Amino acid sequence: MPKKKTPFSKDTKFAELLTADRRLLQLLSRFGIGLGFGDRNVAQVCQMNQVNTDLFLMICEIYSDSSFTPGQTELGQIDMSDLLSYLKASHQYYLNERFPHIEEHLQRIIEACGKKYGPMLSHFYDEYKQEVMRHIQYYEEEVVFPYIEALLHGQRTNSYKIDEFEHNHTNIQDVLDDMMNILLKYLPGDILPKERIEISYDIMELSDDLNRHSLIEERILIPCVESLENALP
Amino acid sequence: MSNRVIICEASEIIAIGLAEIIDGMAQFDVVARLDSPEHLSEKITATDANLLILDPMLLGFHSKDFLSQLGKEHPNMVIIALVSSYLDHSMLTPFGGVIEINDTKSKVISKMNEFAQSEATKNTDDVELSKRETDVLVAVAKGMMNKEIADQMNISIHTVISHRKNITRKTGIKSVSGLTVYALLNNLIDEKDLI
Repeated sequence: MPKKKTPFSKDTKFAELLTADRRLLQLLSRFGIGLGFGDRNVAQVCQMNQVNTDLFLMICEIYSDSSFTPGQTELGQIDMSDLLSYLKASHQYYLNERFPHIEEHLQRIIEACGKKYGPMLSHFYDEYKQEVMRHIQYYEEEVVFPYIEALLHGQRTNSYKIDEFEHNHTNIQDVLDDMMNILLKYLPGDILPKERIEISYDIMELSDDLNRHSLIEERILIPCVESLENALP
Repeated sequence: MSNRVIICEASEIIAIGLAEIIDGMAQFDVVARLDSPEHLSEKITATDANLLILDPMLLGFHSKDFLSQLGKEHPNMVIIALVSSYLDHSMLTPFGGVIEINDTKSKVISKMNEFAQSEATKNTDDVELSKRETDVLVAVAKGMMNKEIADQMNISIHTVISHRKNITRKTGIKSVSGLTVYALLNNLIDEKDLI
């Protein structure tokens, strides 16, 4: 088997996985995997933490290779409620950890900007946050996920179908990129430069993470929901 | 300087007919005709074309990726859709303009002149916004829609879109709210202009 295509398998040492791609560290808390796993392999660690190994590996693949697209057979092995739990945990991670963290930094920059630029920067961020909330909380968590859960119970609602799914993460990423440009290029240079560089790292990381998140929705969630829809009479 | 046009269209009848009209115009030369988008990018480089007329149906599923890639490789080029059947509006937004199969000869000529003009405002090395682009930026920052801007400035909606693309290319900012911040930071608008 060519090594590049499937770098991770059930027998890979769990620690090796994390050193191969540091972004995978972010996945631990979302899957509820604790540290201290020693020399155990992926399958063992997943089992210990009641995590679906196939789903875990599939998500790792997407994180480390953005061109990875799972095939029909692989998708067939995915447990939808595990996938939903993962996506919800990711949402919580963005909303409760990443955004507040960026906000905290930004708040200091806004204060340092004073009356001239402060209010508009604050307005820019608020508008952005509302858009994020609307997409993640009001749309995905209140429309899409309940719809899928109903499908899992064999109920079909007429009001929604997965092909209407809003691919809205692009907007969310665009605005993050804009924020980077404003922070690095356009705000006067003397306003908290160190803070601005630090927050830029965080923004780049979040933007990258959101990109993988939408790939997971596009390549795993949507095809799985489509087959659920087709399976119902 | 004359405009160098590439036509990418599967139907030879359509491609030859269009080439005939364009070659008849004083400042336009059709430098290549292709029946598929394969090797398109190389052809553009080889001929130094600045206008590309392309049937969107040739691009299939990945048209958006293809066009944005092409736009990045050839930032000086205007890409025009050659539309022969009904297409969803969203498929046409990445294009700098549209020629329809049943446009009259004079319509094609006037459109080509307009595209060439929108092209003239483009200049890769030029990172400063032009006067026209600044006007569009201010209008966008104030919350105006493309249609309103087109009406107010007396230009076509495609020209507005092409200005907006240049603004994004030059500033690196894509969202409306980001452009508003940019306009404020550069004193192009005043806080009072915003609702």
